[in-house]
Amino acid sequence: MLLSLEDVTTYYGPMRILEGMSLQVDEGELVCLLGGNASGKSTTLKTILGLVRPRAGRVMLAGEDVTRWPVPRRIAGGLAIVPENRRLFGQMTVRENLELGAVLQDHGHFDEDIARVHSLFPRLQERRDQLAGTLSGGEQQMVAMGRALMARPRLLLMDEPSMGLSPALVQQNFRIIKEVHEAGVAILMVEQNATMALSIADRGYVLSTGEIVLEGPASELLGHDELKRAYLGA
Amino acid sequence: MHELLQTTVNGLTTGCLYALIALGYSMVYGILKLLNFAHGDLYMVGAYIGYFVIQWFGGPNAVSIPVPLLLAIMVLLAAVGVGVLGMAIERFAYRPLRDAPRIAPLITALGVSFVLENTVLLLFGGFTRSYSTPTFISFNSGITLDGVRIDSVELMIFGLSFAMMYGLHQLVQRTTLGKSMRAVASDREAAEMLGINVDRTIALTFFIGSAMAGVAGVMSGLAFNQISNTIGFLAGLKAFTAAVVGGIGSIAGSMIGGLLIGLCESFSASYVSSEYTDLIVFGILIATMLLRPTGILGQKALQKV
Ligand SMILES: Nc1ncnc2c1ncn2[C@@H]1O[C@H](COP(=O)(O)OP(=O)(O)OP(=O)(O)O)[C@@H](O)[C@H]1O
Ligand SMILES: [Mg+2]
Repeated sequence: MLLSLEDVTTYYGPMRILEGMSLQVDEGELVCLLGGNASGKSTTLKTILGLVRPRAGRVMLAGEDVTRWPVPRRIAGGLAIVPENRRLFGQMTVRENLELGAVLQDHGHFDEDIARVHSLFPRLQERRDQLAGTLSGGEQQMVAMGRALMARPRLLLMDEPSMGLSPALVQQNFRIIKEVHEAGVAILMVEQNATMALSIADRGYVLSTGEIVLEGPASELLGHDELKRAYLGA
Repeated sequence: MHELLQTTVNGLTTGCLYALIALGYSMVYGILKLLNFAHGDLYMVGAYIGYFVIQWFGGPNAVSIPVPLLLAIMVLLAAVGVGVLGMAIERFAYRPLRDAPRIAPLITALGVSFVLENTVLLLFGGFTRSYSTPTFISFNSGITLDGVRIDSVELMIFGLSFAMMYGLHQLVQRTTLGKSMRAVASDREAAEMLGINVDRTIALTFFIGSAMAGVAGVMSGLAFNQISNTIGFLAGLKAFTAAVVGGIGSIAGSMIGGLLIGLCESFSASYVSSEYTDLIVFGILIATMLLRPTGILGQKALQKV
């Protein structure tokens, strides 16, 4: 098992956000995490990355208990995130943003990695010297994704990667996610776009006020009545 | 014409010192959004370190090592000593308050300023000490261009300031540390999400900013001779003015602001009256705040503190 959350409970101050949460992602798997607003999806990703520490439970990464590890150590251990709202450094160039994705990487394979990102997103090569803050939303999403890939993740966390993209771009974005996944990277993806997400995922979890209420193979969840009601308005 | 040039040279000299102090002010503001009121006092501590180095090596009348070596030791020790002091202040006074409301570290910064001023007062007394620069660096050792004198201390100030500013610019633009500094300044959590060591980046920002203030302290001791435990206050305020005028948070802005304030001072002293210099400088601060709060090169307005 590449990642496993074991009975994780996370608080923000006095407020309990995640409660006894267990979740697994296997090597090379694509798992999606669904749930309504404020259900704790982003908090789950932050707990995995180490930005917030759980009050109870364990976070296991590749067999090691990383619950007490600081963020950089987890990233060096194979994690990377495409954060909610992208969070690019707007006053820095596309190239600099990508470089910062590789801060913990050995400089030796930098050229190779940036070439790979450029081949996934040729647009970023054209725009390498443009300030990230002046890019279109779609281009910014590419930078956010490229920046995370520069860390050579084994497990890529993605928080609503298609937020604010036009339908055509959402399609393209999912194609690229699939491509990255097929190259062997495990992905844990938070998405509002449940149908699309499940259509490329292996498995899914549904979160409601900090608890997993539903889990299973993606194909099964796609046909699930409760989920349909909640997400697809059916 | 001759007086005009001489006034310009003098103004640029003090301007370089203000710029060096303003840079640290600005860097710390950029990365923590904190006005570090203790920054001027770091400059004062640098001046004291330089003073004691002169005493250790025999005193101004009997310097026991070659003068260039003495100067190098003064600059180096002040840079490292004040840099480490700045890092310690960040670690123990500001870091615990990093997520507190902004007023908390601001008040702490005032407190740190008092602590530094009064520690030096207790340890070394409140009287003015003199570097006695002319006894080991001759006033005639500089160059004269068209009748305009630039003495060797001024040359050293120009050279060292520009070298440091150039070095800082390269560091911030080109190195991983510099990029990390900019990333943390722009979005701390996003930087953390990439694995940037935020604590270390902030600590190093304090080290660099403080070290430059320390070097400025030594150079001002050499140039103006007089130091006391209270020189940090006014220098800090002027550097703050320089940072605001140039655009706080902007490195190039601090350099321009510093030089501008230095020139302003020397011109008002030469052509108006030295009694009005401070009035004019702080008048410029107020005018900037009112008319162009972003400063010359700043991007975002200085938010209320
Ligand atoms: N730093 C914080 N401090 C306090 N409460 C927080 C913090 N971050 C999130 N919360 C709260 O935790 C709850 C879960 O937030 P989270 O961001 O995990 O939700 P989400 O499922 O990602 O929602 P969305 O779909 O809107 O992004 C929310 O009620 C939110 O207000
Ligand atoms: Mg969220």
